[in-house]
Amino acid sequence: MDLTPILPEISLVGLAILVIILDLFIRRKETLLFVSVAGLIVPALLTTTLIGRTGSYLFDTVILDPYATFFKFVFLVAAALVLLASADYVDRFRLYDGEYYALILLSAAGMMLMASTRELISIYIALELATIPLAVLAGLQKDARAGEAALKYLLLAGLSSAFLLYGMAILFGLTGTTDLVGIGRGLPEAAGINRGALAMALVLLVAGLGFKISAVPFQFWAPDVYEGAPTPVTAYLSVASKMAGFALVLRFFTTAFATAAIDWPLIFAVLSVLSMTLGNIVAFVQTNIKRLLAYSSIAAAGYIMIGLASGTDLGASGLIFFLLSYAFTNLGAFIAVIAISEQIGSDDIADYAGLARRAPLLAFALTFCLVSLLGIPPTAGFAAKFYLFAGAVQQGLLWLAVIGVINSAISAYYYIKVVRAMYLLEPKTPAPVKISAPVALALFASAAGVLLVFIFAWPIIGLTEAASRSLFVR
Amino acid sequence: MAITLNHYLVLSAALFTIGLYGALAKRNAVTILMCLELMFNAANIAFVALTRAVAPQVLTGQVFALFVITVAAAEVAVGLAIVLAVYRQRRTIDATEIDLLKW
Repeated sequence: MDLTPILPEISLVGLAILVIILDLFIRRKETLLFVSVAGLIVPALLTTTLIGRTGSYLFDTVILDPYATFFKFVFLVAAALVLLASADYVDRFRLYDGEYYALILLSAAGMMLMASTRELISIYIALELATIPLAVLAGLQKDARAGEAALKYLLLAGLSSAFLLYGMAILFGLTGTTDLVGIGRGLPEAAGINRGALAMALVLLVAGLGFKISAVPFQFWAPDVYEGAPTPVTAYLSVASKMAGFALVLRFFTTAFATAAIDWPLIFAVLSVLSMTLGNIVAFVQTNIKRLLAYSSIAAAGYIMIGLASGTDLGASGLIFFLLSYAFTNLGAFIAVIAISEQIGSDDIADYAGLARRAPLLAFALTFCLVSLLGIPPTAGFAAKFYLFAGAVQQGLLWLAVIGVINSAISAYYYIKVVRAMYLLEPKTPAPVKISAPVALALFASAAGVLLVFIFAWPIIGLTEAASRSLFVR
Repeated sequence: MAITLNHYLVLSAALFTIGLYGALAKRNAVTILMCLELMFNAANIAFVALTRAVAPQVLTGQVFALFVITVAAAEVAVGLAIVLAVYRQRRTIDATEIDLLKW
């Protein structure tokens, strides 16, 4: 049995176990952080050896293609940045910082598997491996809000996996196989016999997976959990977990429903409009920066689903590029929030007043990321939105692109509200806000990512096109 | 009367619906967890029954059910731990009273 295709995931789980064991012996806690971040080099190198390999391994449960490899790298980078950004925050977990690092790594292993499988059982296991550690992480901090966030996340994650499982059961019943390619082959015939069951399965699957990507109307958990969870975990949830959800959704629907005579892209077009609009409108009235970013990320899920609404490889490529740019942008914004909130002890936008004078670089970094979320050059967000909307227009989805652009314009209001507070309002105290070295490194890396994805947009689009084409190869 | 696939599927759908109703309507967090279990097991019944009907040689659906049981156990273990943590902080596990975070 050739285990090399999942060696990156195996090494990541091994690293997590190593961190837990080291936690028992090591007094200096900075060492643990160093081991977790530096250890990520091993899975990254192992993933490098998989570049260019394609095929189906381990009884068709693991897929290697440019799509899987691309996402494996992105998840590793996201995990590394979140770990670095947690450097100061882990003090609040007292004795549990080893477990904290380990759970982040375990969840990353699940996400990497989510992007590289097309078999129902493996999809379910990978999804739960990514989700259950996140529920624990959300509640790791000992306060009532974190507990509530963890409970809400776990209960709704359970509910969504129940929907997903039932949808999978129906798909299995219709086609007699758990392999997405086999399901794709069997569905046209099954649809002729029992169209109602197919529609039912589709609805259950969209509901189950819609939770992961926090698409309206399955978004209720997101603002509450984002606000209550420790901020680095919120960053991880809003970036890595959402990307993994989209990586899975894209592969699932383009493979299983490729030939089914059912209009699944239309479902995502409708969800896209709902998510964009609701996310942006509710973000207007938010006074807490984490809730604001939560609604902004619901709106982002709406933009990303424009890529699903065409159901073609061009749309998929736009989706992947947007995910990459969104990852750096949102991580940057959250890391800036982590650094600021740690010092001023508040997530209220009102307390960000005059921050430009107390911490010019931090305020500038946050502004840069918000500008990217808004989609103004020279940022990754601009390139991503341009590419995604242009792709939608090319696919004949002009109406969807127009709604997307209008929504982007609306979103300017609440992003600029934060920038205005930081630059134009008077600070309450003149005390400067300091930032520790690991967090500064993570913030710098994210901001550099936002800029570099913009500058090197063309070569990266080459990568995302290769990745999306590999999805449509039969 | 012979028990056919339809009987199993009706049973499974009924269990799923009862579980869904409970998960949405009940207030006690532990009861909600139990209702989630009902929904998982409804899917399990569907998997096992459908395997016998559509793929009796390969047994993949039954293997799926085994995995679901295992993962659901892990999920409930974490869930109960979180419920316990919430109870220690708030002295309640009533879902309607756990409402610090909203809008």
